[in-house]
Amino acid sequence: MTTQAPVFDKARLMTEARSINRARQDVNPLGKQPRIGEGLIKVFLLFCGVVSIFTTIGIAVVLIEQSLAFFTSGEVTLTEFFTSIKWQPQLGEFGILPLLNATIMTSLIAMLVAVPMGMGAAIYLSEYAHPKKRAVLKPILEILAGVPTVVYGYFALTFMTPLLRLILHADNVDIYNNASAGIVMGIMIIPTISSMSEDALSAVPRSLREASYGLGATRLETTLRVVLPAALSGVIAAIIVGISRAVGETMIVAIAAGAGPNFTFNPFQAAETMTGHIARISGGDLSYGSIDYNSIFAIGLTLFAMTMILNIISRAITTRYREVYQ
Amino acid sequence: MSYLPDEWLFKNRLLQRQRRGKLYRLFFFASLVLAVVALVTLLLNVLNETVGLIAVRYEIAPETISDQPIDQLDNVRLAAILQEYAPRKLKVFVRDHLSVVDPSLFTSLPLSQALEGRNIPAGAETSTISDISDEVVLELLTRNLSTDQLRELVLTEVVGLEVLESWPATESLFNRAAIEERVAAEYPDAELQTHSWINSTFLSSPMSSVPAQAGIRTALLGSLWMLAITMAVAFPLGLGAAIYLQEYSSDNFFNRLIDTNIRNLAGVPSIIYGMLGLAIFVRALEPITSGSTFGVMDSNGRTILSAGLTMALLILPILIINAQEALRAVPRSLREASYGLGATQWQTIWNTVLPAAIPGILTGTILAMSRAVGETAPLIVIGASTFIVFDPNGPFSKFTALPIQIYQWTARPQDQFRDIAAAAIVILLVLLLTLNAAAIILRNRYSGKLA
Repeated sequence: MTTQAPVFDKARLMTEARSINRARQDVNPLGKQPRIGEGLIKVFLLFCGVVSIFTTIGIAVVLIEQSLAFFTSGEVTLTEFFTSIKWQPQLGEFGILPLLNATIMTSLIAMLVAVPMGMGAAIYLSEYAHPKKRAVLKPILEILAGVPTVVYGYFALTFMTPLLRLILHADNVDIYNNASAGIVMGIMIIPTISSMSEDALSAVPRSLREASYGLGATRLETTLRVVLPAALSGVIAAIIVGISRAVGETMIVAIAAGAGPNFTFNPFQAAETMTGHIARISGGDLSYGSIDYNSIFAIGLTLFAMTMILNIISRAITTRYREVYQ
Repeated sequence: MSYLPDEWLFKNRLLQRQRRGKLYRLFFFASLVLAVVALVTLLLNVLNETVGLIAVRYEIAPETISDQPIDQLDNVRLAAILQEYAPRKLKVFVRDHLSVVDPSLFTSLPLSQALEGRNIPAGAETSTISDISDEVVLELLTRNLSTDQLRELVLTEVVGLEVLESWPATESLFNRAAIEERVAAEYPDAELQTHSWINSTFLSSPMSSVPAQAGIRTALLGSLWMLAITMAVAFPLGLGAAIYLQEYSSDNFFNRLIDTNIRNLAGVPSIIYGMLGLAIFVRALEPITSGSTFGVMDSNGRTILSAGLTMALLILPILIINAQEALRAVPRSLREASYGLGATQWQTIWNTVLPAAIPGILTGTILAMSRAVGETAPLIVIGASTFIVFDPNGPFSKFTALPIQIYQWTARPQDQFRDIAAAAIVILLVLLLTLNAAAIILRNRYSGKLA
């Protein structure tokens, strides 16, 4: 016979208590009392939890409803929306490609900056830095994460753009350009990537490192060939979250990337991103129900779908491929 | 046959590997340093613009107006100067600085309505602005405007202070000779002054189309109003949801859905929340958010209330996740002890779990607040006004907020707007720093107490 450790299983105890109470109700006045107040509180708390579901439904309904109004207006077809390379609402041209292209370009530049720097910082903090040093450096990165994006926009326009124009000559670089916005966006995303990757790297057990050192590997070899592969799922999740932030980032591109859709692959030219366009169009006084008003919801839906897919992939990677050590 | 390399080869390889290790280590360190350098550059770049030399020109030299320096004069003397030099504009000053109603209604309403809440001289309440004498107008100005505001009026309207050009701090310090030369050549009648764009006038004046007179008073008040509404809505909802998920919910499909959903919402771009707010709060609920169901008629749905509610939805996921973490950190033994004494579940939560978790919850709340203060995109989408000279006076007033103002000023081509944008950024960062410092102090003071 196996003896079971006494486990406090509240649900089971409650059911038992309930059945006993039912039997003794009239005998024992200390039996379970109906508690209406507690029930009401629980209902209220449940309501608080459900608000978040309503928010998601609200976002989906609003975006889909207005986008439907946009696509059924007769001005634009779905194919045109995804294939045309012109976005000129005055002329009835609604092709999302120029906006999408600028979004992808700024995000790509941002990731070119943020991935190596964020990873480098994470590896240094987790594998090399002395705990005291880490205690100083980590909060500094956190400050970087706390700076509002509008401040980064100011930084892009008043520092990064002049710097690029100085280095590459002013003739080659527009005052508003994707490169400057992208680079600054990359700086903004460094803390996101570094803190998530560092968590993943720190979670790799010490025994793996010791084993690698025991085989004569240097610290770099241990880091790159043992620790990094072991933490890869977390690191990839961090990078995907970074991409999702870059795609959804608004203020930096609204200030520094240019106002006006422009289908170009030159990062030194002005080109408006999806978020930048939404911000600029809704900044004016929009009349509700106009084609302009509906068009920003179609862009919003595309954006929402993109970031949602990225976030879901990132979460799936972390939960499915998480390496569990002891 | 030996698979081991000979000694020389081995040492050479080892040296190479170690050299490679050092090189990479340098790269890892450099990327961290670069991130820190970027932060420092960002801050210096902002600070650099907030103070520096300006070239100013006066229409009338200040010495001819008064024998004392202007910044030593009191309200009465300043008002007298205004009456002497700008007699026709006195009523305009009243309209621009004191009126609480729409400019088109200002002249037709009695003062008690047009200047509601202001200090109005006895006997003038029922007359309109066109009926009252200059003396009463002066009385209105001296009673209701601060000395700073009156001085600003004298400087701009009488003295005619005009900022012609401005230079950032580094240039002013290291390149002063060239600046002086340029001023002498370009603006022979101008005077060079050192000017800090962050000053008491900047903090206390409303928006203006002239950079040197513009301030962030309305923006700061708008931000604070919005924050109050956001927290009033988001804090109870967020805490409630966290308690439900952490303490009540069993592990079933529905509760997992709520949990996953919250984590996904935390990753939705802020501009999408703005569009949600635009469609739901600004448009669909316009009768409520504009205040027309409560008898406020002069507004549309683009109010502080809409902004506050939108921002509440935006920070809700962050608040919930933070609060959940704080609740999770409360040791199980505390709950068991409470149950053991016969407490019900809610009594346990209210009397035992919450008091133990409150420092963590507050820390998370403050961090969520600082997110709300700096967020700009949703406010642009729901239509924050950009040019407002009246203080917001309730949840149904139009508003502007600090980050909106920074965006507006940054987007303008003139240099001086960039200067005041930098000044506004400094104020915003100070605000955020205060919030974060409070969070860190809370965390340090109470952390590990229960462990």
